[in-house]
Amino acid sequence: MTLTLGHFLSLGAMLFALSVVGIFLNRKNLIILLMAIELMLLAVNTNFVAFSYYLHDMQGQIFVFFILTVAAAESAIGLAILVLLFRNRSSINVDDLNSLKG
Amino acid sequence: MSVTTFLFYVFSALLLFSAFRVVTARNPVHAVLFLVLAFFQASMIWMLLKAEFLSIALVLVYVGAVMVLFLFVVMMLDINVENLRHGFWKHFPLAALLGVVIALEMAAVLMGGFRAVDVPVVADAAPQLPNTQELGKVLFTQYVYPLEVAAAILLVAMIAAIALTLRARKDSKYVDPGEQVRVRSRDRMRVVKMAATQAAVEPVSQPAGEPKA
Repeated sequence: MTLTLGHFLSLGAMLFALSVVGIFLNRKNLIILLMAIELMLLAVNTNFVAFSYYLHDMQGQIFVFFILTVAAAESAIGLAILVLLFRNRSSINVDDLNSLKG
Repeated sequence: MSVTTFLFYVFSALLLFSAFRVVTARNPVHAVLFLVLAFFQASMIWMLLKAEFLSIALVLVYVGAVMVLFLFVVMMLDINVENLRHGFWKHFPLAALLGVVIALEMAAVLMGGFRAVDVPVVADAAPQLPNTQELGKVLFTQYVYPLEVAAAILLVAMIAAIALTLRARKDSKYVDPGEQVRVRSRDRMRVVKMAATQAAVEPVSQPAGEPKA
C-alpha cells in the first residue's frame, strides 16, 4: 500500500477541521484562537507541499515559503496587539472587547 | 506496508493528537507546547514529501521563533483560564459534530478524487538538483520581486510590533532627539549686551528714628 496524494490531502482536511473545532470551542480565549489559526495555515501548507510533490511543480513550495513569511509577520503583530490589549483591559476575553458596540 | 507509509501514519496520528490537545488543553502553556509538537510532526511529514528546505525552515522559524514568542506572551500574561473556559463543554458536542462532518466530507472527496495519483516517477533523465537549490533557483529568478515584498512585510511587522508594545518610561530623564536635531544656534546661546562696568547703586539711607511699617 503506497501513499497517494489523497492521504496527505485528507490529513490536511482533518487538521483543518480540528482547528475549526478549536475556534468554535475557544471563542473567548484570544491566544488559543491565534494558535488555531496557525494550525489552519499549517494544514493549508501541507496541502501545498503535497501537491508540489505529486505534480512535480516547485511553485507550490514557493507559495508555502511566502505563506510562512506572512504568517510569521501576522502572529508577531497579533501577539503585540494581544499584549497591548491585556495591558489596557487586563483581560484577553473576546467578550470584553465591546467598546465599539453601540 | 513500506517504512514511509508506516512513518506517515505515525506522524499523522501524533499531529492530529497534538492538534486536538492544542484546542482542548486547560493550561495555555501546555497548548503552546503541544503546538510545538504539532509543528514538528508536520515538518517530518513535509520531509517525507521531499521538501527538505521548508521542513527545516518550519522547525527553525516556527518552533524556534514564533512558538517561543507565543510561549513568552502566554507566560507574561496573567490569564484567568477558568473564566475563559466558561461554556466550553456545553458547545463541545455541536463543535465535534461539525468538525467530524467537515473532515469526513473533505476526506471522502479527496480520497475519491486523488487516490489515482500514484507515487510520481521522474520523467526526464536530467540530474535532480537538491530541493534547496531548486527552490532557490526559482525564488531568486522568477519570484525575486515577491521575495523583496516579503522582506518589506517582515520589516513592517517588526517595526509595528515594536511600536505597538513600546512604552516610554515616565521616570527616566532623556533628551528628545527630534528637539535636538531641530535646535538652532541662536536658541542655544543668547548674547546679552551690557556694559563692562556699572556704577554702584547708591544705598538709600533710611531716615533714622522712623518706625518701620
